[in-house]
Amino acid sequence: MTIDSKIQVRNVNVYYGNAQALYDVNLDIKSKEITSLIGPSGCGKSTFLRCLNRMNDVIEGCRVEGNITIDGENIYSKDKDPVLLRARVGMVFQKPNPFPKSIFDNVAYGPRIHGLAANTTELREIVENSLEQAGLMDEVKDRLNESATGLSGGQQQRICIARAIAVSPEVILMDEPCSALDPIATARVEELMGNLSINYTIVIVTHSMQQAARVSTRTAFFHLGHLVECDETNKIFTTPNDKRTEDYITGKVG
Amino acid sequence: MSIFEITIVILIISASAYFFGVRKIVSLSAKYKKKPDSLMKYYGKNAVIWAFVPAFSMLVAYSFLAPVYIETVFIDKLSKIFPEYQQSQLNLVYAQVQNIASGFLESSDVQLLALSEQLTSWNEKAQSTRSWVILLVLIGTSALGYNKIKLRFPARVKVEQFFERLFLGAAVTAILITIAIVVSLMFEALRFFEVYNFFDFLFGTHWSPNIAIRDDQVGSSGSFGMIPVLAGTVLIAFIAMLVALPIGVFSAIYMAEFAPRGLRDIIKPTLEILAGIPTVVYGFFAALMVAPFFRSIGLSLGLDVSSESALAAGAVMGIMIIPFISSLSDDVINAVPQSLKDGSIGLGATKAETIIKVILPAALPGLVGAFLLAVSRAIGETMIVVMAAGHAANLTANPLEAVTTVTVQIVALLTGDTVFDSPKTLSAFALGITLFVATLMLNIAALTVSRKLSEKYD
Ligand SMILES: Nc1ncnc2c1ncn2[C@@H]1O[C@H](COP(=O)(O)OP(=O)(O)O)[C@@H](O)[C@H]1O
Ligand SMILES: [Mg+2]
Repeated sequence: MTIDSKIQVRNVNVYYGNAQALYDVNLDIKSKEITSLIGPSGCGKSTFLRCLNRMNDVIEGCRVEGNITIDGENIYSKDKDPVLLRARVGMVFQKPNPFPKSIFDNVAYGPRIHGLAANTTELREIVENSLEQAGLMDEVKDRLNESATGLSGGQQQRICIARAIAVSPEVILMDEPCSALDPIATARVEELMGNLSINYTIVIVTHSMQQAARVSTRTAFFHLGHLVECDETNKIFTTPNDKRTEDYITGKVG
Repeated sequence: MSIFEITIVILIISASAYFFGVRKIVSLSAKYKKKPDSLMKYYGKNAVIWAFVPAFSMLVAYSFLAPVYIETVFIDKLSKIFPEYQQSQLNLVYAQVQNIASGFLESSDVQLLALSEQLTSWNEKAQSTRSWVILLVLIGTSALGYNKIKLRFPARVKVEQFFERLFLGAAVTAILITIAIVVSLMFEALRFFEVYNFFDFLFGTHWSPNIAIRDDQVGSSGSFGMIPVLAGTVLIAFIAMLVALPIGVFSAIYMAEFAPRGLRDIIKPTLEILAGIPTVVYGFFAALMVAPFFRSIGLSLGLDVSSESALAAGAVMGIMIIPFISSLSDDVINAVPQSLKDGSIGLGATKAETIIKVILPAALPGLVGAFLLAVSRAIGETMIVVMAAGHAANLTANPLEAVTTVTVQIVALLTGDTVFDSPKTLSAFALGITLFVATLMLNIAALTVSRKLSEKYD
């Protein structure tokens, strides 16, 4: 157990009804670093990611067992409010999902519900700062009051990132954030992730091994609900310990 | 042959047309060692269409037109026998002859008996001609269709074309019927406006259509100011929406967002059963239970509640509309993408915040659409108000008084003894067209708004 690990996952099992989706997962995620989760479709990457901000709670019939601590606090303990947790652990989804509201209102959504701004000036500051961090400010500064759904897919995804940043989370979870984007938009989002990792702990699910190699420091490989191994990204892609990892990264299995 | 027998023959021939059609194309294809333009089965189907459709349409047309034709010719003949009779008397005689011919009536009048025998023989002749004509058409078009089958005949295209036209025909019929109804409504309404000023109708504040039935009675001119009637309609619809909207929308939110799957599967059908109760049942529920209940509550509070009140009718109408609103709203709320809800929850919003700030705004166009449709139902609803709202055309905003509505007045105007061209009767058509225009506008508005919803998420 290393000192600088932000999130510690211990013996996590997840069930959807009677079907088990994750088996005894143990993983340490380091602070202010990008960790990527790879593995074939249906191996439980999204399920694992949703454990970290308790989004599984809202799925009917989903049950999580085990211990997950962030900064030493068990996020699944009875006295913890998942709503507060989700303000600390932001999430960006596979498909860009801006609200059908203005760009400003999208980014201001989190700060408003959490009461982070005392007045409109402060709110404006938070929104602009978040858009700045998301590298979107130049593109949208003249149309903050226009609908966010009118933006391009890549811009929409960066709005969603700005929206997550606006509540000043400590951790940002991203579930295949680039799978609906073209290569140029993907490159921009990847660049953005690099910049964000200076201040935030980032966990990203990706089906693209190149992306994992490009952006992350550490990589975890999942297979059929098991965490097979987790190590430095370099090591995973050059000298994996497990045969299953090797087969996957050399393209022998899907 | 009877209609039944002819139909059987047509069906048998049509069915065999399929096999002959397929057999022909198979043998053609074998002979020239080429594949036909379409799949084999389409040649069969094409043959069936040629065999069945002309003969069957002929049968239907003949069955409708032949009696009309016989009637016209026979009455013409009667008019020569009884030159002194008027048209209505001739019709009467014809009806009598018809009844004797079919054995419903007995008569000893020699002349009538002779006529009825003649009518019977005409009918028989018409029947046997029918069999021959239809068999001829059946065989003729079947042969024609069979003949059309060639390797280079695009059978599939023709079959598709046939069905396209069939569906188009159905759609056009529906539209034409609607137009015909509106036009006839309009005609009668125009006749009303010939005798009564249009603006007096639209803006008049006094409604008392009680015109004397006989011309020589005193006080024979009624007053047809629509405003009190319209006001009553609006008042009741307003009360109904006041009841239905919150309960309907809240129950929809509960069903869509909170209820576990199993419970939702129980609640939704239950609410829909509520929608299946005949309105007359709601009507006597309103008149016999709710209205007296409100009255007794009013009395204990020292209020004067009339025994037929806008409140009772509106409240019960609201109950009737609840399932309508909740079912539509539930669909609309469910149509809000899960990804939006996840986005909100993922930012640390509570369920209530998500509902108020994301789901309801996103569902708003659909909810407004549902609301407008419900209002248009409330305005058109008749039975409850007839039974519970009263007939007094009071111009009032007090829900405790009796009011009347457009639909109630139409019922009142057209039931009982009526003369068809008196202003009293005609005014019903004017009311009808007003109602039609009002609901039409509401429905158009509803459609326009809800269309916005689907645009947003494409
Ligand atoms: N909401 C759900 N209900 C039931 N089963 C689910 C649900 N979400 C995921 N699963 C199941 O859990 C397993 C892991 O899914 P997921 O975490 O989405 O995989 P990945 O993201 O790696 O493709 C799959 O077998 C999937 O069918
Ligand atoms: Mg996934």
